[in-house]
Amino acid sequence: MSGGHGVHVLYRTGTSPVHRLAPQVKIVAALLGVICVVATPRTEFWAFGVYLALLAGIWVVAGVPAGHFARRAVIEVPFVVIALVMPFLGGGPRLSVLGLSLSEPGTLAGWNILAKGTIGVLASLTLAATTTPGELIVGLQRLRAPAVLTTIATLMLRYLEVIAAEARRMRTARISRGHDPRFLWQVGATARGIGALFVRSYERGERVHLAMVSRGWTGTMPDRGGTAAPLSWLAGLTPVLATAFVLGAAVWLP
Amino acid sequence: MAAVSEEPVRLRTGPPALLVERLAYAYPDGHQALFGIDLRVEPGERVAVLGPNGAGKTTLVLHLNGVLSGGSGSISVAGLPLTKQALREVRRRVGIVFQDPDDQLFMPTVGEDVAFGPANFGLSGAELDARVRAALDAVGMAAHTDRSPLHLSGGQRRRVALATVLACDPEILVLDEPSANLEPVARRELAEVLLALDRTMLMVTHDLPYAAQLCPRSVLIDDGVIVADGPTRDLLADADLLAAHRLELPYGFRLD
Repeated sequence: MSGGHGVHVLYRTGTSPVHRLAPQVKIVAALLGVICVVATPRTEFWAFGVYLALLAGIWVVAGVPAGHFARRAVIEVPFVVIALVMPFLGGGPRLSVLGLSLSEPGTLAGWNILAKGTIGVLASLTLAATTTPGELIVGLQRLRAPAVLTTIATLMLRYLEVIAAEARRMRTARISRGHDPRFLWQVGATARGIGALFVRSYERGERVHLAMVSRGWTGTMPDRGGTAAPLSWLAGLTPVLATAFVLGAAVWLP
Repeated sequence: MAAVSEEPVRLRTGPPALLVERLAYAYPDGHQALFGIDLRVEPGERVAVLGPNGAGKTTLVLHLNGVLSGGSGSISVAGLPLTKQALREVRRRVGIVFQDPDDQLFMPTVGEDVAFGPANFGLSGAELDARVRAALDAVGMAAHTDRSPLHLSGGQRRRVALATVLACDPEILVLDEPSANLEPVARRELAEVLLALDRTMLMVTHDLPYAAQLCPRSVLIDDGVIVADGPTRDLLADADLLAAHRLELPYGFRLD
């Protein structure tokens, strides 16, 4: 039953002001921040530099090293590849860079994906690094996210580990009986194991639901949470205000 | 079929804690699980429900708080008949502790899980906190309020599952195989907790010595009917009765 729990991939334990900020404030800040970044005209190159600097400032306050984010931002690589291919595939006027003939609209489109994608991923990782999954759900709930979604997410958090442990036990039992999935013709047993796991998880879902209904559950999770003080909203949204200011400057300044 | 209880006859003014009358039920696939169950449990009684696998014990339990319905017969809990309108109150009055604590404990922390039931039934704030603390105190788990259920031992999880139901302040506790998968020490600790609670209890179990330890009265269910009802000691001493219903005491136990 034990093993594997307590290990967070994205969350980094800490007690900084960023960590302590109410989760609903952080969720709103991350969402609005990303919207501002996406709305920024792609040719305002300096604005993206300021956004990155703002994020770096948050990392310093949160006490999370940039390397933490750099390693996890690797998830973005497929999009980077697309962004790098676009200058070669686009049409329209050509640019000549280091002897290569590049499409001007293609280069700009590639830059657009690269810059906005990277900052979006980094903003999400910042949220995840300073907020536990449990807090995120509480935050969503306080923001009046549909109860069904938050309930599903809560149950997923709780049962992911139970089901993973179940899968480990089934694997151990298979291996103990000489199963060695290195060979292609033995993959079938693994596949059937996944099928059995699905059925078991489904049955467990039914039992959990029964137990919840027996304790008076009617479809919404009881919320015991408090509200965030205006000051904490202000503190949390300061980087967003800065982002919005940069956006305004980028759009309206000549 | 003995219909006498071991407990001394006392003056009973209130309604029975649980009254089941002529309860019959067939599953949608046509399998008839209950053929007319009559059961009366007085306040303060502890009753074991014994019977082989497939006898209808779990089906009966799921009827007690209206999770299963649609058959014939009637159920009332502390005088309140089980109807669609009264479903919520009946669910508060009947506290079911399910067999696998992992099915019951689904919140990130022990404290939140214990608060889930009473919060659903309308408690909040300091009242809710007090209820959670009292329930965890009753099972000796107050020190683990902020821990994840995943980090607890089997016996601890079982006691927390009990606390989640106790927190709803039920009229009758229904325990499904409370001693299953417990090591001997955890099994004894749970028995001590259950005896100290001093509540009306219905305990479904295969663990006959546990029934003898905890419940003065037992009912034996087989093939969807109650085939025996009487003092637990008498039932367990009747080797022929047990053998006829695929029950037996563990090796080395004798009560006759």
